[in-house]
Amino acid sequence: MKFSRRTFLKASGAAGCSLAAYAALPEKFLLWAEEQGMLKASYVPTFCEICFWKCGAMAKVLNGRVVKLEGNPAHPGARGKLCARGNGGAGLLYDPNRLKTPLIRTGARGEQKYRKATWDEALDLIASKLKRIKAESGPESVALFTHGTPTDHFLPLLFAYGSPNVGMPSFAQCRGPRDVGLELTFGEGIGSPERVDLTRSKVLVLFGSHLGENMHNSQVQDFADALAAGSKLIVVDPRFSIAAGKAHSWLPIRPATDLALMLAWIHVIIKEQLYDKAYLDSYATGFAELAEAVSDCTPEWAAKETDLSAESIVETARLLGHNAPNVCIHPGRHATWYGDDVQRSRAIGILAALLGSWGREGGYFLATRSSLPKLEGKPFPEPVKAPLNLGNFPFAGAEGVTQEIRRATLTGEPYPIKGWIVTGTNLMKAMPNQKETVEAINKLDLLVVVDVMPTDTAMMADVILPECTYLERHDALAVGKGRSLSISLRQPALQPLYDSKPGWWIAKQIANRLDLGDYFPWQTLEEKIQAQCALWGVNYQELKKVGTITIPDSANPYITADAPAEFKTGSGKIELYSKELKEKGFDPVPRYTRHPGPRPGEFRLVYGRSPVHTFSRTANNPELHELYPENEVWINSGKAKELGVKNGEYVVLVNQDGVRSNRIKAKVTQRIRTDCVYVVHGFGAASKGLSRAFAKGADDQGMITRYAVDPICGSTGMHVNFVRVEKEGVHA
Amino acid sequence: MPKYAMVVDQRRCVACMACVVACKKENEVPPGQFRTRVVELVEGEFPRLRMELRSELCNHCDNPPCVYNCPTGASYKAADGMVLLKKHRCVGCKACVASCPYDARYINEEKGFADKCTFCSQRIAEGKQPACVATCIGKSRIFGDLDDPASAVSAALRDNHHEVLLASAGTKPRVFYIKKFGTPE
Repeated sequence: MKFSRRTFLKASGAAGCSLAAYAALPEKFLLWAEEQGMLKASYVPTFCEICFWKCGAMAKVLNGRVVKLEGNPAHPGARGKLCARGNGGAGLLYDPNRLKTPLIRTGARGEQKYRKATWDEALDLIASKLKRIKAESGPESVALFTHGTPTDHFLPLLFAYGSPNVGMPSFAQCRGPRDVGLELTFGEGIGSPERVDLTRSKVLVLFGSHLGENMHNSQVQDFADALAAGSKLIVVDPRFSIAAGKAHSWLPIRPATDLALMLAWIHVIIKEQLYDKAYLDSYATGFAELAEAVSDCTPEWAAKETDLSAESIVETARLLGHNAPNVCIHPGRHATWYGDDVQRSRAIGILAALLGSWGREGGYFLATRSSLPKLEGKPFPEPVKAPLNLGNFPFAGAEGVTQEIRRATLTGEPYPIKGWIVTGTNLMKAMPNQKETVEAINKLDLLVVVDVMPTDTAMMADVILPECTYLERHDALAVGKGRSLSISLRQPALQPLYDSKPGWWIAKQIANRLDLGDYFPWQTLEEKIQAQCALWGVNYQELKKVGTITIPDSANPYITADAPAEFKTGSGKIELYSKELKEKGFDPVPRYTRHPGPRPGEFRLVYGRSPVHTFSRTANNPELHELYPENEVWINSGKAKELGVKNGEYVVLVNQDGVRSNRIKAKVTQRIRTDCVYVVHGFGAASKGLSRAFAKGADDQGMITRYAVDPICGSTGMHVNFVRVEKEGVHA
Repeated sequence: MPKYAMVVDQRRCVACMACVVACKKENEVPPGQFRTRVVELVEGEFPRLRMELRSELCNHCDNPPCVYNCPTGASYKAADGMVLLKKHRCVGCKACVASCPYDARYINEEKGFADKCTFCSQRIAEGKQPACVATCIGKSRIFGDLDDPASAVSAALRDNHHEVLLASAGTKPRVFYIKKFGTPE
């Protein structure tokens, strides 16, 4: 309604004489009634699912509606605060575009034509197809792609069915190489949330990580505390990110050369004896081999590779050395850049070891040694065929290598994959080379997608099952292994809207239809949660009230005389030189490789995060869409001038293989190098069911037709594509 | 009677927009309108650049032009220092919108009155912090009573160099900004 003086008088007159005017605005009425003390809001503790940080949240419920979400003060990841996305969580709950009923495909795959179905019909159809695949090809021919809390329900379903073939994009398209690199060095990863001890860091280094824009609640809280305490910040990024704007040293590095800078730092730290000798003597092995391997990685050499000055490289190396061990080189999170990402992660690990910062204040704190017993269930059957989800990568993680499943689906080798179940991930936006994903899907006998929203991947499915949102369901208890051990409960703030159902119910229903009900031996998930609480000695009624319990005295953050460090590597020490890698034919000490750069007229495409969005997941959320409705392509002002591109003007990206993007607004800025362009990931939805996100902005994943596979762990480096920037409507 | 004020420690702000969304949810701000925003200002040429991140909101001025210019007496300065609005007296004439040098007001078109930041007076009454402060990830926003020397705002102003926006406008804002390291001049 447009406001005019007339409508205003009408509205105020009506409000003055009766309450009838509020009838059209029930929520406003309820808020008013609350103000009058007639209604009391209740707060339901739960945890967020808008990203993977799993922050404790309090859902403010007024007359059956979630009107606001706030951080749970008791939760270690939230500390009473939620980020923009967490604050906007109800935007997902009340998004009118939500999946409302089960849907069965009626058109060709990708035509986005569906009919409504009942749960019985949809589940029976899925069960009959799964039975047929099992009978004809064996259970290993069904794969699960998953992310987030649905994994807790659907992975047991996959294993009970008899398949080992799971693929989580969180490994091969994200954290995988980081974790593998640190495991090879220290015998363990950095965890999630990362165990970075930022508040005590004297020097903090970010490689590409743009904390702040990349919003990880408690970690960004620590980041701000560190800045306010006067910690020195070094940001290595081709883009003047928000974090770079806070930095004491911004190193605008040439993309793809980070490893050269790290090796030069190692070189300087060794040459100038800035390393922690006592720490290395106690805990590390391979120093001599390391020193030999980096002997020619001089700052002058690195300067040529990185396009930084040798002086700035030496100066920053000394800053690290002089502040050791209270130095934290953040190992990042989304680490799949160039295909030698395990080695880059190794180099960060080696620097951490030289500075003695692993297990030390201001560096990286140690995970709690406390743990909780497992609730035993029926053992899963042993698959007959070997898993194909690890490919031929000796250090692939248990989360699986997604594109190996895709490849097997396409080629039938080493054995065919006939069915995909996809939960909590939008594969079309998560995996590189969409054409291959579409071709693989077209080979399937069954694609089931379980999701809240009609994502691009859901719109390829044979059967779509509408999961209710995190605010309407129970999920498995979240056990946090950070500084302390914590247990958090997700519980519904209200009953599922429409005909949507919780993930646990869906998995159990499919299991029942496959005669696998024994693996889900409880009527409701709450029953299982209660059994777990009983096993762990946790008062369930108390947990329901507070949302999160932190186990007292479970923290052991630093190496002390009483608690010396343990490293679960082959040698039992920090491996500066990795025998394991050597044995498998890889460089035992990271070695720099020069990667191809852009040809004239091209830019390297780099992508990152907006603080108001999580991947493609939130693009349609009305409350977040409002703040950042479409992505922009950042282009250097000088380059833009050469191309005649003005700020705010729509352009099209064309990649090295001729793939054209949706139109995207140009952000003409001094804040980026001339050899790359930058976009926020997750835009340009192809699903017509997403009324706000459809065709808004450019899909970076559409431009990522090429990827560099890391031979160590199988992860896909995705910063290896090059684009030209064309004015809209100009065809080459 | 407390004397409420806000301090924005810009060193801590990372422009994450949590404040913006929390404010909109808490106060039912209509789509397309905002009671607070975060401004990103960048100066210089690559690679010599300087950035300022600045949260902006109603300054709850001690010398408030919106109050002086309100023809109906709807806008008023409360005893605790908050600049507030008697909605039933507002006719939506936009005199306050035009007179605010901080662009802090908007007309709520659905409801038909001028609207703006109230420091979440409904939350203050319950003993809570304003929604933007409570959710501020960087703890950049600080709220409290200037008359209480032990309050977080008093401490922040005592210990740090601070300034106000458009001091030359003579509005005497109650929102203070800490831009950089340093003690008060």
